[in-house]
Amino acid sequence: MGGKDLRALAERFAQICGPHRVLTDRDRLATYRSDGLLHFQVMPGVAVLPETTAEVAAVVAACHDAGVPWVARGSGTGLSGGAVPVEDGVLIVLSRMRRILDVDTANLRVVVEPGVTNVQVSQAIGPGYYYPPDPSSQIVCSIGGNVAENSGGAHCFKYGFTTNYVMGLELVLPDGEVVTVGGKECDLPGYDLVGAFVGSEGTLGIATKIVLRLIPAPEHRETLVAYFNDMEHAGHAVSDVVASGILPGAIEMMDNLAIRATEEATHAGYPLDAGAALIIEVDGPVSECKATFDEVVEICKRNGCTGVRVAEDEHQRQLIWKARKAAFAAMGRISPNYYVQDSVIPRTGLAEVLNRIEQLSREHRLRVANVFHAGDGNLHPLVLYDHSVEGEAERAEKLAGEIVLACVHAGGSITGEHGVGLDKKAYMADMFAEEDLDCFQKLRCSFDPEQLVNPGKVMPTPRLCGEVPGPYRQHPLERAGVAERF
Amino acid sequence: MEILRVSTAQDAADALADAAQHGRPLRLRAGGTKSSWGNPVEDVWGVLDLSGLNGVIEHNEGDLTAIVRAGTRLVEAQEVFARAGQMLALDPYPGEGAAATIGGIVATGDSGPLRHRFAAARDLVLGIRFATTDGKVARSGSKVIKNVAGYDLGKLFTGSFGTLGAITEVILRLHPLPRARVTALGRDSDVGRIEAGARALLAKPLELEALDVAWRDGVGEVLARIAGAESEERTRRTVAALEEAGLDTVVAEGDDEAALWERQRASQRSDDGIVVRVSARPAEIGRVLAAARSARAAAVGRVAFGLVWLALPAMDTADAVAAIDHVRARLRPYACVVLDAPESVRAKVDVWHSEHAGAPALMRRVKERFDPRRVCNPGIFVGGI
Ligand SMILES: Cc1cc2nc3c(=O)[nH]c(=O)nc-3n(C[C@H](O)[C@H](O)[C@H](O)COP(=O)(O)OP(=O)(O)OC[C@H]3O[C@@H](n4cnc5c(N)ncnc54)[C@H](O)[C@@H]3O)c2cc1C
Repeated sequence: MGGKDLRALAERFAQICGPHRVLTDRDRLATYRSDGLLHFQVMPGVAVLPETTAEVAAVVAACHDAGVPWVARGSGTGLSGGAVPVEDGVLIVLSRMRRILDVDTANLRVVVEPGVTNVQVSQAIGPGYYYPPDPSSQIVCSIGGNVAENSGGAHCFKYGFTTNYVMGLELVLPDGEVVTVGGKECDLPGYDLVGAFVGSEGTLGIATKIVLRLIPAPEHRETLVAYFNDMEHAGHAVSDVVASGILPGAIEMMDNLAIRATEEATHAGYPLDAGAALIIEVDGPVSECKATFDEVVEICKRNGCTGVRVAEDEHQRQLIWKARKAAFAAMGRISPNYYVQDSVIPRTGLAEVLNRIEQLSREHRLRVANVFHAGDGNLHPLVLYDHSVEGEAERAEKLAGEIVLACVHAGGSITGEHGVGLDKKAYMADMFAEEDLDCFQKLRCSFDPEQLVNPGKVMPTPRLCGEVPGPYRQHPLERAGVAERF
Repeated sequence: MEILRVSTAQDAADALADAAQHGRPLRLRAGGTKSSWGNPVEDVWGVLDLSGLNGVIEHNEGDLTAIVRAGTRLVEAQEVFARAGQMLALDPYPGEGAAATIGGIVATGDSGPLRHRFAAARDLVLGIRFATTDGKVARSGSKVIKNVAGYDLGKLFTGSFGTLGAITEVILRLHPLPRARVTALGRDSDVGRIEAGARALLAKPLELEALDVAWRDGVGEVLARIAGAESEERTRRTVAALEEAGLDTVVAEGDDEAALWERQRASQRSDDGIVVRVSARPAEIGRVLAAARSARAAAVGRVAFGLVWLALPAMDTADAVAAIDHVRARLRPYACVVLDAPESVRAKVDVWHSEHAGAPALMRRVKERFDPRRVCNPGIFVGGI
């Protein structure tokens, strides 16, 4: 793609959106070079900030006509390089589409534009209702990004992930066509394209309107943090809680290194010598919480916890959570650089995998802090390193990669919530066979046969789409004129 | 008609590849309990019988997950899970002789009352393995409960009516069986009061395990199931809400309680009549029940999802077509999909109510990519896909 074509495209965008919403100068484009994962940086050719579905559709159609690849971007907090631009391509920034279109509490639905932030949804629906997926980045990340990544959060063990709450989508397809899939209703006829789109990492099109399902807000919460001498005991406590039939709203775990870092950052009062801290929150009807919470405390004690702190009020609850929510950021206190991993393991494999991580950490002479969603086995090992030390960044990456493989070998996944993006695509082939990847490609090609959308992401190696073979046979109903062929 | 019985996933893939190569359309079947759903399949050459793919492959008790072969009967899998105090929180009516298989339930996206608390098949399926028409066995998802690697083809295949390939294994999330269950049942012959009771409960943070409505022979019901560690206090509050809405309320426990829900499940099916599934909204549940009343249909519904199954009595073909049209006209703009119906009726109506399918051209492109030769249940699905 030559600079001239791109200039023509930028002019077309200016006609569509107005010149002030088209960025072409390198200084302003520089902001968009990467997402939350800073080590992938690519300068886009042009960035455009549409404000309506019609503008998005016109922009996408213009790219399609010109055969120029493009990438969608929400708030740019992604941690897998999903929103990293393509060189000489177009970046479509959706952060200006931030209207809340319909708060329909009578039907437990809310309809928003993609640039609305996660926390704005909670604010819009008010305290009586609850939209559970709560990524730690919720103050900034966009619902469009959440849909694309199928984001999770601390409360997903009980309540499910973004995909369990998206009911309908308005989509701009890669050729600029606008379609609506799903809606406020369930079980609409046809394929579950909503389910296929959620988690597709910006490779199938742009969500321009999103219908979310709400639930009544839990009436009550009980929160505790229990300290253990080591991760193994904490892990057993988690297993026992789950085996007892209790479904806590959240179960989060931190190891000693993570505790020390977060204490330094937040002074939340966690003992510095604890080998592990387990945050357990039980939520729901008052009577149900009371009945289960005592049991949770009991289980922690039975598994040798060295102390339990129960939040007596909202302030104390916030303090307990503060440490956990600040965990990533706090790593800066103990290490110049860190690399976040997002692998998942079957919960029962916890002790084994943690041992393996410790062993790898020793072998590579780098510290690893562990913070994770213990209920669903989603580890976030944080590999600590110093970029200025020759070779450490490479060692960190190698170590992180071996951790991913250890998790896959334990029957797990390379990513639980951050997505594959650029960062983990090399590991896709460790988790999936060639046949599996072929089928992923079939879905992608049915949306984007020209492969202009977020190219180079998710799939480990480039693949073509090819023609669809096959003679077309008419259905009898169609012949009889009963059903319309699409 | 040829019957191809397969006992491995690769056999199924070979059969599909062979069918594709020779242009021989297949009807995919396992338990056979939902053969009367969808459009009649066109020009079928043979049946691909998947019921031989059965058995629970893994039950990971500590992880609350399981891998089952698609032809495993739901009731058999539940027995295995129950031994560990667990369940698959998916409870559609298992059909004649309880023959419904997990693969069939997933392929049709069927559901039961537990959906209220645990969501639908799509949400409980962590992964699938399936046979493709190019003779391969592929997988999507994994056996961990949280995973975003790769596209979620499990959701694409769930409810796809076997039109994209043959599901051969399903990886499932399980839940603990509750320690006890109690149901509060409110009755009234006034649709408005039924809706009021149902909606009052929907807005309350009671974490009900199920919240259904029913309409039979001029009497409506709201059924609220309480399960968990504590039930006394929550039952009291549930009963109070139903009474406040003006309903006659009783509390059921034990076998009586279980029977109430068996009946709800069974009411989603009909042997000789017609079942129409209405995709409405929670706040419109009363309107749907009123339509049931006027069509002399029985109805069961999941309040939180606005889903209602209307069961029309058996009637001759012309009357049935008119009755379906009447229901659809009355419940505009909601999709009313015909499930059970005699083939004569299915040949005369668009059972899928296809105008409600978003992105039809895109759906067709998906079908073309996965089954280009149209050998997997051709024609059965929306718009003749
Ligand atoms: C400190 C921190 C904490 C985090 N904590 C969590 C956490 O707890 N849980 C979690 O799951 N994630 C977490 N994340 C990751 C990140 O916030 C999520 O992935 C989030 O959903 C990304 O949203 P975004 O708007 O920033 O998307 P971006 O980063 O802008 O984009 C992400 C992907 O979405 C695509 N995209 C964006 N908008 C659209 C749209 N409208 N239609 C189609 N595709 C689109 C992009 O092309 C890209 O592929 C965290 C990140 C940070 C920096």
